[in-house]
Amino acid sequence: METAQQLDKPALGTNDAARDKAINEQAAMTQDTPYPDQTVGTPFVDDPKMRLRDVEVFYDDNQAIHGVSLDIGKNEVVSLIGPSGCGKSTFLRCLNRMNDTIDICKVKGSLHLESQDLYDPKLDVVELRARVGMVFQKPNPFPKSIYDNVAYGPRIHGLANKKYDLDEIVETSLRKAGLWEEVKDRLHAPGTGLSGGQQQRLCIARTIAVSPEVVLMDEPCSALDPIATAKIEELISELSESYTIAIVTHSMQQAARVSHRTAYFHLGRLVEMNDTETVFTKPEHDLTEAYITGRFG
Amino acid sequence: MSQTTEKVRKTLARRYRAEKRFKAFGVGAIGIGLMALVLLFTDIIGKGHSAFVEYEIQLPVTFDAEVMDVSDPRDEEQLNYGNYQGVIRDALADRFPGVESRLDTRALNQLVSTGAGYALRDMLREDPSLLGETRTLWLLADDDVDLFLKANEKQREDSRLNEKQQAWVAELEASGETRMVFNQSLFSYGDSREPEQAGILGAILGSLFTMIVTLVLSFPIGVAAAVYLEEFAPKNRFTDFIEVNINNLAAVPSIIFGLLGLAVIIGLFGLPRSVPLVGGIVLTLMTLPTIIISSRAAIKAVPPSIRQAAMGLGASKMQVVLHHVLPLALPGMLTGAIIGMAQALGETAPLLMIGMVAFIVDLPAGPLDAATVLPVQIYLWADSPEQSFESLASAAIMVLLAFLITMNTLAVILRKRLERRW
Repeated sequence: METAQQLDKPALGTNDAARDKAINEQAAMTQDTPYPDQTVGTPFVDDPKMRLRDVEVFYDDNQAIHGVSLDIGKNEVVSLIGPSGCGKSTFLRCLNRMNDTIDICKVKGSLHLESQDLYDPKLDVVELRARVGMVFQKPNPFPKSIYDNVAYGPRIHGLANKKYDLDEIVETSLRKAGLWEEVKDRLHAPGTGLSGGQQQRLCIARTIAVSPEVVLMDEPCSALDPIATAKIEELISELSESYTIAIVTHSMQQAARVSHRTAYFHLGRLVEMNDTETVFTKPEHDLTEAYITGRFG
Repeated sequence: MSQTTEKVRKTLARRYRAEKRFKAFGVGAIGIGLMALVLLFTDIIGKGHSAFVEYEIQLPVTFDAEVMDVSDPRDEEQLNYGNYQGVIRDALADRFPGVESRLDTRALNQLVSTGAGYALRDMLREDPSLLGETRTLWLLADDDVDLFLKANEKQREDSRLNEKQQAWVAELEASGETRMVFNQSLFSYGDSREPEQAGILGAILGSLFTMIVTLVLSFPIGVAAAVYLEEFAPKNRFTDFIEVNINNLAAVPSIIFGLLGLAVIIGLFGLPRSVPLVGGIVLTLMTLPTIIISSRAAIKAVPPSIRQAAMGLGASKMQVVLHHVLPLALPGMLTGAIIGMAQALGETAPLLMIGMVAFIVDLPAGPLDAATVLPVQIYLWADSPEQSFESLASAAIMVLLAFLITMNTLAVILRKRLERRW
């Protein structure tokens, strides 16, 4: 045992050194590289679904996001990766203004969904969230029946006037979420009685029942086992045919599997954004390389 | 290694001893509590159970038109002024023919309750053909006779009946002309100066109206205040100030609320005294902090993920609260409300201040009729000189406890059902 420990120590030491080096490099780079040219790769696309420029987020005096600019294309799956606390979730939550619920949070910059300014004071946030849906880290079905969970969004937005229409929306949404076959015989059983993976798919069904244009996913698989994760990932690929998806994930394999383009965040800055393949095979930036090869994160 | 084990072993015994001592303290504390409860219940039930029954005396009564001074039983005014005591006196005189002196006659007449006359009037109103007829009837005994009949040999020596009365009652008892029946008047009349005619229905109705007013006012106000403070209020000094004051309000002695009610609700707004409406308002003030505090705790306990889910779907703040937060917090809110109501039901002090302590015989028909409430009735009876009131007070305590237990059971059942639904 003792010998093993001794063997481990230098190994750990080198890791720390590598990490320190990477952080120092990063710090040096952010100092040297003038804003906003720090982002390498191709953050912009033609005719984007969401056009986000110079986004800055503050918690009181603490700046969490520093001038992030990127585009999310139509029917594209964009994954946001990066070490904990790098601001990727905060950034995601700006896209449907979930940050509004935090009093001390201030968002600056220009954020557009097609031609709609997200932070236009005249914009009703309720309307925005009907266009930009969100799936959360932990499955959070309402303590209601499966049917009512899916029907909730259409009901509050008045999307279905007749019971028949509502039934159809519920069925289509559950089918799209790949849950219909599993729950069609117990639509009126409580949604909280499903397994974790089923609950998360129920939450996805609930989100797409409102027919949003963009679906935001904040680490949707971090609370799930590998099999459930595989199902959700498969689902994401299918959904990208009809929706634009932005997904925050801690798993680089997941980002590689599901997304078209990948954005790498570091300490509140967007370091690199490129085709997923490029990011994982030929990262342009040293920090990205350091992260995806597991030197820190 | 072995040294450590030895050391651990040494302390182990001490630790177990300490644990045992701690457990013993806990068991002891629970034991003391249970003993107090058992004592309380045996005392109350022991004293109060006899109040649920009463004695009647059998007498052949002649509805003599002349004695009663009633010529037409259909005439309500004649009926109301009829001399029914006279008929009963005659019946008693017939039963015990030897009684001659005025003193003895009066003593004899005291055997039957003054309330028996009203029973005769009611019978005559029901069936006018009774006029002139003779019927063998069971008449309500006086409270002293009642006590004497309920007492055992030893207690009978202390009876307030004189020797002759005791002999008469013993004679009636021996010949089977007395019987024990369920005390209906306890549950069908209001208060009375005569213990055998006194009932708690007036107090129960008073309590009921007061509780309805309290619930109708305090639950919506309390829940609205809690929802606003938790969900909508801006976080600033003023909100903090309100929070601190709500918590302080919970610690204010209840009699202060009574004084407030007297000064403001009766004095300033000119509402009548002794009415359940004012009682309900005063108890609302007292109950509000309890409801607000428990409702806020219930709202806080709703998981934030549910709010986020609803907001992510585009529910407005109002919809999040109405569709998700309130239904999930409702069981907790109800529990708080019922605890508050139970406190209010047992409250006496503030109601004394607003005049609900008055002697009220009539049954209240609504929240604007003068009334008293159960705990005040208990207080009044416990304070009365007649011996029979003591057991009546205990009986009223039993009824009050029954109400409280029912309310609590209801709260538990309601909570369980609501929780299962969600």
